[in-house]
Amino acid sequence: MTDTTATDRPYEASMGDYFALLKPRVMSLVIFTALVGLLVAPVPVHPFIGFVGVLCIAVGAGASGALNMWWDADIDSLMKRTAKRPVPSGRVQPGEALGIGVALSGFAIILLGLATNLLAAGLLAFTIFFYAVVYSMWLKRSTPHNIVIGGAAGAFPPMIGWAVATGNVTIESVLMFALIFMWTPPHFWALALFVKTDYGDAGVPMLTETHGRDVTRRHVIVYALLLVPVAIGLGLTSIGGPIYMVTSVVLNLWFVKGCFDIWRRDDAAADADNYAVEKQVFKVSLYYLFLHFGALLVQAALRTYGYGGW
Amino acid sequence: MAIHVEHEIHERRKGRNFGVLGLLLGLVVLGFGLTVVKVTELGDAKKFESFDRVVRPAIIPQEGTSQ
Repeated sequence: MTDTTATDRPYEASMGDYFALLKPRVMSLVIFTALVGLLVAPVPVHPFIGFVGVLCIAVGAGASGALNMWWDADIDSLMKRTAKRPVPSGRVQPGEALGIGVALSGFAIILLGLATNLLAAGLLAFTIFFYAVVYSMWLKRSTPHNIVIGGAAGAFPPMIGWAVATGNVTIESVLMFALIFMWTPPHFWALALFVKTDYGDAGVPMLTETHGRDVTRRHVIVYALLLVPVAIGLGLTSIGGPIYMVTSVVLNLWFVKGCFDIWRRDDAAADADNYAVEKQVFKVSLYYLFLHFGALLVQAALRTYGYGGW
Repeated sequence: MAIHVEHEIHERRKGRNFGVLGLLLGLVVLGFGLTVVKVTELGDAKKFESFDRVVRPAIIPQEGTSQ
């Protein structure tokens, strides 16, 4: 017979610990972009169906976050930024994280399928698979381009929101996907340049460490330039319009100028002003995404009153 | 007098129990709300009967009748 005392038992998690598994900060971006995808679609959706749709997309994103924390617990415990997460800190057992991730995935996919349509449910299932398996299990530890391909998982929500309303994948939803997909690398690498990371200690290849910081600076400008036609192209579709186009042109000029400055300087110059340019570009990148999707929303709102659009 | 020892773990368990209660109530609201919306979106609530698993001769349109 084993002698089990209270101290031998694993820590009992609080509701907040379980909620932290779902990566609430990532979820807020998912909710916003999915909501925009749903609201700019030309097909009206009943508000309650729309609410359930966005809820399922958010829960699905949270579930993939829980699966990611379950899988990455070993490397999360080695890095300062992630060591306090529920699993590496011991507040949630790995099995619990796996169980919550799988259960919430199933719940979100099935409910989305029943409430809206099978295409939206299928896209959500693929997103969860992509983040948990393709990104977390295959790419993250094997290639410095993990962030590029893995960024697709964060780019799907507006496409799913659009599918909830229309039941289709069209050029508009593909370009909304592409906007986030192409935006992720310069956004993330601008951050990687000024934040001292310990990915190397955990054996996670990051471009700044595998190929050097100059190569990373070059990648930032290349991806920023590739992002421009996507952002402008989205403005030429049925969900674009003059307000979106003006916003997009201004933001792209601002962002590309910042990325160009990052490319033109080296670490010595960056050290001299404490990475002011890199920090500024990172901040601009946040405005960039938020204002692009905000402008789409404004165009859609104006359209309902007969204004805007092409 | 009853022995009453409060430990931090009891607070945590209480929070978890209320959390589960909230989730279950939320699930009921979701199920009920979706049912109401789906049925009312049919326009004619009688159409809902056609979801029945058994044949309902009463709701099959008959030739020569106005239904």
